[in-house]
Amino acid sequence: MEVTETWYLVLSAIVFSIGLTGFLTRRNPLIVFMCVELMLNAVNISFVAFSDVLNDVSGQTAVFFVLVVAAAEVVVGLSLVVLLFRKSSDVSIDDLNEMSG
Amino acid sequence: MLELAWLIPGLPLLGFLILVVFGRRIGEPFAGWLATAASFSSFIATVLVFFALKGLPVEERFHIQKIFDWISAGSFDVDAALLIDPLSITMCLFITGVGSLIHLYSIGYMHGDKNFSKFFVYLNLFITSMLLLVLADNLLLTFLGWEGVGACSYLLISFWFEDESNASAGKKAFVTNRIGDFGFMIAMFLVFGAIGSINYDDIAANAGSISGTTTTAIVLLFLLAATGKSAQLPLFVWLPDAMAGPTPVSALIHAATMVTSGVFLLIRLNPLLAGADLWATGLISWVGAITALVAATAAVSQNDIKKVLAYSTVSQLGYLFMAVGVGAYVAAIFHMITHAFFKALLFLGSGSVIHGMGDEQDMRKMGGLKKLMPITSMTFIIGWLAIAGVPPFSGFWSKDEILLYLWGSEGIGGKYLWIIGLATALLTAFYMTRQVLMTFYGKQNFESEGPNAITPHESPRLMTIPLVVLACLAVVAGILNLPFGKDWHFLGHWLEPSLFGNEAHVDVSASTTFILALVAIGVGLTAIAAAGMIYYKKKYAKIEPQFFADAWRIDSTYASFFGGPGRMFFKGLAWFDNNVVDGFVKATAATTLSLGQGLKFMQSGLVRNHALGIVLGTLAVSGWFIWRLFT
Amino acid sequence: MVDVTVFLVSALIIVAGSIGVIFSKNPVRSALSLVASFFGVAVLFVLLEAHFLALVQVVVYGGAIVVLFIFVIMLLGVDAAESINIEPISSNQIMGYLAGFGFLLVIFGGLFLSGPSGKDNAPDDAGFVALTGTAEQLPIDEDLSNVKVLARDLFSRNVLAFEATALLLTIATVGAVVMVKNKDDDDFGLGLKAEVDQ
Repeated sequence: MEVTETWYLVLSAIVFSIGLTGFLTRRNPLIVFMCVELMLNAVNISFVAFSDVLNDVSGQTAVFFVLVVAAAEVVVGLSLVVLLFRKSSDVSIDDLNEMSG
Repeated sequence: MLELAWLIPGLPLLGFLILVVFGRRIGEPFAGWLATAASFSSFIATVLVFFALKGLPVEERFHIQKIFDWISAGSFDVDAALLIDPLSITMCLFITGVGSLIHLYSIGYMHGDKNFSKFFVYLNLFITSMLLLVLADNLLLTFLGWEGVGACSYLLISFWFEDESNASAGKKAFVTNRIGDFGFMIAMFLVFGAIGSINYDDIAANAGSISGTTTTAIVLLFLLAATGKSAQLPLFVWLPDAMAGPTPVSALIHAATMVTSGVFLLIRLNPLLAGADLWATGLISWVGAITALVAATAAVSQNDIKKVLAYSTVSQLGYLFMAVGVGAYVAAIFHMITHAFFKALLFLGSGSVIHGMGDEQDMRKMGGLKKLMPITSMTFIIGWLAIAGVPPFSGFWSKDEILLYLWGSEGIGGKYLWIIGLATALLTAFYMTRQVLMTFYGKQNFESEGPNAITPHESPRLMTIPLVVLACLAVVAGILNLPFGKDWHFLGHWLEPSLFGNEAHVDVSASTTFILALVAIGVGLTAIAAAGMIYYKKKYAKIEPQFFADAWRIDSTYASFFGGPGRMFFKGLAWFDNNVVDGFVKATAATTLSLGQGLKFMQSGLVRNHALGIVLGTLAVSGWFIWRLFT
Repeated sequence: MVDVTVFLVSALIIVAGSIGVIFSKNPVRSALSLVASFFGVAVLFVLLEAHFLALVQVVVYGGAIVVLFIFVIMLLGVDAAESINIEPISSNQIMGYLAGFGFLLVIFGGLFLSGPSGKDNAPDDAGFVALTGTAEQLPIDEDLSNVKVLARDLFSRNVLAFEATALLLTIATVGAVVMVKNKDDDDFGLGLKAEVDQ
């Protein structure tokens, strides 16, 4: 029994779906952001798996950038949460409801 | 010279446009002179084109002048083009000629009217539409002119619309015409469906290829159209009421031109008539026959000077229909021309009488006007002799021609038609004599002194000159188509190219013709004598049953039908329109609305819903790709 | 054999962590489950010979990002337990679960139903080159350390992207500060007064 890349992809898919479900289901904005991180992680797993299988380092470079961008995104997202919190202490992601069109 | 043909409808159109914009400013009487000039110059153009056409050899006398491409939609191709052939030029000649005379007359008649220039705007527009109608080379352009004359007749009949009854008369004319228009349109669609084109030359070429049933249907529908426009049974009810309009209008529209357009249409479509079943063309004749008789009986009992002439017009149009139905196209055109002359003359004369009598129209209040209005009465008498069929005036020759063809026709009871025609001739002579006697002879039944004094006077020259011209024409027009052998048939030979050999041939010996003519003359003279006995010598009592006066109560039957059960039917239709037809529209709107309500959730603004949408979309797309892998 | 065991264990940790993230009532518990998940991923990276990335994963994700999360949770008091059973828009719950599950199915379908993979082709196959879009690749040289390999790629072919990410981080930070600053508070919350005497 050898660990083929399919295993990694399956794992990645499972984690991504879990993250997606959480993203659509939870109301607390912080939890929602955490789910986004989960999804990004899942993608990272598959990138690195491919890099290993194809013997190409581009996959790892991609993960590097994903990491950086995830960090930046967390910063901005959390500042949004802080702003939200200033309105009321019971924060729900449904408070961001003016996006339309 | 032939290329000038576009001027024929173009010049009155120009007159119309100028008057529409500047008419009020030009004012009386220059607006009238301008309109008359437009109409008269169109007449000159017609004459020039006529001579040009005459100069061509006979085979080429079918000229199409294209003005512009009008409609080009797939296989449906219609040009705005004029068909210049003997038939259309003949019509144009008397339309513009009589029209110009009536324009001249109107300058005098409408003197002092506050809407003077508006009248001439409508008159010019009418002439334009009528010319377009006869000159068109396809059914659609004819229909344009057809509708145009209908609209103008509405405008002109209800010219003095402040009076409610005048406005209603205009409406009645328009609505009744509309029924005919419906027939026209359906027939036009059928023609297009059958041969793929609505040009007259294509119809003439392909008429034989249309199936008999279709041709019959087309002919019947066109008969419906003609019945509406030419005021035959059962759609004649608008014409007597249309006398509410000014007298020049009655002369132009309801004697000389518009009402002849129905007959013209049928003659123009003679290839189709040749291909239709015999009973259909027979129906044309019988409709004309019954109309002629009924209208003549009605005219006998009328007291309004114009109503007599109105019913007389309906009756004479019946003659035209009788002729068309048996294929006597030349005779029909001949009688149309002579009728235009003498009926316009009679109408204008009656207008002169009304004008002189201070707007009095009841003949019982007239009498003894011969000495007071010499020119009017002289010309009116000439018109009377023409219509009564007294030789050598024109009416005799044309009416006799029709009677001859009726006698010689086969298959549809031609002899009976001849009897009806003869009876109508008798009644025509009778009521016209009655009219002349009541108006111009006998005791003066009006007050010539006192506070309500009426002083009848002769009309101004502007009005009498047209009367004189028309009277001369009514005298000599018979020369167009005398029956004394082939060489005298000028009109017959001239019109041949337009008739494609569909003209009926009568196999009657010369002696029979002579005898028939004598019978007709005898009948006419008897009627005149009888009328003289009743109304002049007062030897016998008057026979003026009210039943006849009400035109056999046809009109009132319509009124009660449409007012009573008809009204419920219309209410039902209105309900249907509101609930079912509009219901569809409203349902569409309601569906859209509810769809929108349902989709509102997509724009809730909530982040989660948007994310859900994205995910669902992604799922759909990827799912489709996976599906493709499966299959 | 060892590989398999290690893989399975870390996979278990990862999945357990993720489920913990989405199902915890308490946000702090969610954050800690997330840390566990990250650790599992780091182990997986080591297994895949991406040592540098494993390191960076632990440090950046687990050490910085999650710490930020916990900062915000603690400072703002958003740790009040949220009831996941009371959902104002009830259909969202079901739709969310369905969407997630559907997504899983779709990916599995794509995974298992597609044709043969391209990995059996030699790396210098023309189709493979076209697929990756690289004229020349940087195969992972087994003799060099992973850092060196990654650095080689990063600073030669992707140096522009690298600088861009640096810029991105700067912008993100500045943006966050600007967004959160109180309008009437001109000392940036740091106790420092800005010079505004013009």
